[in-house]
Amino acid sequence: MTAAAAAAPVTWQAFKSDYKPIWCPGCGDYSVLASVAKAFATLELRPENVAVVSGIGCSSRIPAYTSCYGFHGVHGRALAAGTGLKIARPDLTVLVAGGDGDGYSIGGNHFLHACRRNVDITYVVMDNHVYGMTKGQPSPTTEPDWDSKLSPGGTGLRTFHPLVIALAAGANFVARAFSGDPNETARILAEAIRTPGFSFVEILSPCVTFCPEQREWKSLVRPAPVAATDDPARAARRIMTDDGFNIGVLYKGVRKPYQPPVGKAAKRPADLEAGFAI
Amino acid sequence: MHERAGVTSLSIALTGSGGAGVMTAGSMLLEAAAQAGWYGLMVRSSGPQIRGGEAAALLRLAARPVDCLDDRFDLVIAVDWQNLHRFADEIPLDAESLMIGDPDQGDPPEAFTQRGTRLAQVAFKRMAKAIPGSWPNMIVLGLAGALAGLPAETLKAVVRKSYKKGDEGLAASFAAVEAGVAAAANLPPAPRLASPARAAKPRWLLTGNEAAGCGAVRGGVRFVAAYPITPATEILEWLAPALADVGGALVQAEDELASINMAIGASFGGVPSLTATAGPGLSLMTEALGLAVAAEVPVVVVDVMRGGPSTGIPAKSEQSDVNIAVNGLHGDAPRIVVAPNSIADCLAATQWAVHLSETLQAPAIVLSDQYLGQTRAVVDRPADLSFMGERALAAPRTEGYKRYALTESGVSPAAVPGMPGNAYTAEGLEHNERGIPSSQSRDHLAQLAKRERKLKQHDYGDRWAEIEGEGDTAVVTFGSCTGAAREALARAAQDGRSVRLVSMRLLSPAQPERLAKALQGVKRVLVVEQNHGAQFHRYLRADFDLPGEVLSYHRAGPLPIRPDEIYRQIKEWRRA
Amino acid sequence: MEVEAAERYASFADAMDLHNNREVAELFRKLARIEQLHADQLFEEDLSRRAPALPPGGLRWDGGEGPETAAPDELHYRMQPYHALQIALDCEKRANKFFSEYASKTADAKLRKAAREMAAEEAEHVRLIEDWIKRTPPPEKDWEHDPDPPFVSD
Repeated sequence: MTAAAAAAPVTWQAFKSDYKPIWCPGCGDYSVLASVAKAFATLELRPENVAVVSGIGCSSRIPAYTSCYGFHGVHGRALAAGTGLKIARPDLTVLVAGGDGDGYSIGGNHFLHACRRNVDITYVVMDNHVYGMTKGQPSPTTEPDWDSKLSPGGTGLRTFHPLVIALAAGANFVARAFSGDPNETARILAEAIRTPGFSFVEILSPCVTFCPEQREWKSLVRPAPVAATDDPARAARRIMTDDGFNIGVLYKGVRKPYQPPVGKAAKRPADLEAGFAI
Repeated sequence: MHERAGVTSLSIALTGSGGAGVMTAGSMLLEAAAQAGWYGLMVRSSGPQIRGGEAAALLRLAARPVDCLDDRFDLVIAVDWQNLHRFADEIPLDAESLMIGDPDQGDPPEAFTQRGTRLAQVAFKRMAKAIPGSWPNMIVLGLAGALAGLPAETLKAVVRKSYKKGDEGLAASFAAVEAGVAAAANLPPAPRLASPARAAKPRWLLTGNEAAGCGAVRGGVRFVAAYPITPATEILEWLAPALADVGGALVQAEDELASINMAIGASFGGVPSLTATAGPGLSLMTEALGLAVAAEVPVVVVDVMRGGPSTGIPAKSEQSDVNIAVNGLHGDAPRIVVAPNSIADCLAATQWAVHLSETLQAPAIVLSDQYLGQTRAVVDRPADLSFMGERALAAPRTEGYKRYALTESGVSPAAVPGMPGNAYTAEGLEHNERGIPSSQSRDHLAQLAKRERKLKQHDYGDRWAEIEGEGDTAVVTFGSCTGAAREALARAAQDGRSVRLVSMRLLSPAQPERLAKALQGVKRVLVVEQNHGAQFHRYLRADFDLPGEVLSYHRAGPLPIRPDEIYRQIKEWRRA
Repeated sequence: MEVEAAERYASFADAMDLHNNREVAELFRKLARIEQLHADQLFEEDLSRRAPALPPGGLRWDGGEGPETAAPDELHYRMQPYHALQIALDCEKRANKFFSEYASKTADAKLRKAAREMAAEEAEHVRLIEDWIKRTPPPEKDWEHDPDPPFVSD
């Protein structure tokens, strides 16, 4: 590659790999992939400096569909893996991605602590209110009356409020996006990545196979009526009382990200042994 | 039905993609065969797409019970050829096989034709178009059914069952089935299935996963915690309404850590409990299983093994969880491992596991696999087994009650919350007889010995293994390889070679004396298993004595080990 | 705009290919080629044969994506050529509307002329697609029908 070519910004198309996604045609995740690529390109990142970390599920297939470094790990532990990666390699841009099943169910504990720890990573959840990969079981964001084989008649359980929980746990940036508006989603993602600290973006991404009723979502979403606030209590009140379809950056704080100063050696290993000498 | 000589088994593959509906056609074909009195089974294979992917329904119909796929397929009926080269290894063909495709769909892939297979053509899509409201897969059903010798009425009865009352599509589907039946007359003859044996006892049509669920309920399980994972989810889905019907409960947990701990909690309360998972989930559950060992709380985990390690190959079968099942807990932590060796056996094995777990107050792992779990088969109705989960209970208000009393058998009478006078704290920390935490050497050694003794000294009876045949050569195996081994031995018998089969059902605790007795007089042992590391062989060498010359025949999934491989291994007797 | 439309049709073709809907995959490839052809013609005639430097993150369209870019949620793995052409028709109509509205709003005479020409071209595309639709059989009843359930693999 010539120096000129190396210096030219990478287009969003170049952030997609050659692997064709196995997602069902019509799946919202196709748009999310485009939005992620556009966000990376807008920020003038280079694929070799970006890592996409995921767990298990339909949405978690995304790393191989980008041309960045990827980590397709085990179910629910993507945030832990991404945290470890970022702390050890703060020079990288780390995007953690997955679905609502992977992130809020088995990943719930790690979600709480990632918000609290505030490492400078961005967490994208493609929320379709269902476990897609295992044939359609309810997830923590599924409506209480959604019928399935594993929970006939519906779970009867209240849905999760991931955005409020993120706030309560200390997340520094909280946003909601919709896969049906990929350019706005790209804009929100770029802002999330740019903002230091833990940025959480929930992307409503309809599942065309198990939840055909989610085609309705495109007529239910709207831009959030007020601009993002930096007051967590105000943000929490707003999110608790919205209907789950307000799109935009909802909270943006100023917490300093957690990052131990790796790479700077104050002592040599031999210096550490002085204390053993008799 | 007229008595008819013929082949005892016919293997048919139905393939197609993009919504061709071959799985449904295959299920209906199997059900029709069952209604007509035949045995059979169906394995599903798919591409990675969630919808519209390439799909193959692999069927074996037979005049006698069959527990495995055959070495080859007699018939392939393909609605189209898209991406079907993917299934070439799973659908072995030869010059005697017949492949039927749609002339409007182009040529079959070379991967299929290179074996010299005979070709024929039926215009499925055109025929379906000519019958408004019909679908190509119904033509395929009629065609396959007729070639197999199934009566058209039986096929139509199965189709009728799948329709709701008043649905207009039924007439069109009937017409399509009839068109398929008519098309069969113009084709080169396929081998005809011999008439089925008259049904001596009633038969069932079910999958191993459903059988396991049924076994759990029969064994007394009334609490299940569930976390979905391929290929175990159907056990939980079957149990969800079933448990509610019998006054039990199934709860969907947030992950496997929650599932196993919920099940242990429920069991602490005296209710026989179970969960079902696959390799990755079992890995997560190991800490809690150790707790169940230490605190002596019964619990059953069904592990439906799949391709490993890690995320591996979720929708394919393998027998590579032997290591984790028999050895995978930290500390000295004995547990029960039961391996069903056929689809029907999933019921009895799970029921037995519940019984053992409750009797011995220890966790039990049921080592099933994707092949057993997700294959649908016609089986003789499983016998009603009398045993159920029965936890030995202490009398209420036992003076100076010791939950972990050092008894001769090692089993201590249990107390259950609600029982007056015997309150105790179940303890994962090492403890004394009363259950109070102790780091004393005396207590640790005593409790370790007790937990080991209670499993080792139990009389497991004849159920520990299935031992068949005589000879100085023996095949030792477990689980889904048993069916293929049995067929291999039948072939060896035709050669005049008498071979013994030991299919081990109780993998842990090891039964070295029983195995030695079963292999008395044996000079050559072939250990057969479907994994890369010969895990079962290594376990046998570690904990058992094997006589004479021992060979290990092992291969990882995703392809099944077929009867012919085992037969040739016996015949040639050389290191694989 | 044409290039973005072409790229979108190409990715639709890939998705359809992977889900074994060859007929519609071919159709989307054709549409992608047509859009690319339009783009090439425009570069030749009007843009001194040089593509303008696009922002790496793609163009920022008002109201989401480019007017001629098809929305991904319209796809269905069993869709028929008729459906694909309906999608294409909507795209061309939106493109035509975009240019007409631009022409009526802009004060610049040169831009107004260019926009009117583009609107006329898009109107021609609309007619072409409409003709194509006339020659295409309407979807069969139960085109969505798939007797087999979804399949899991994770």
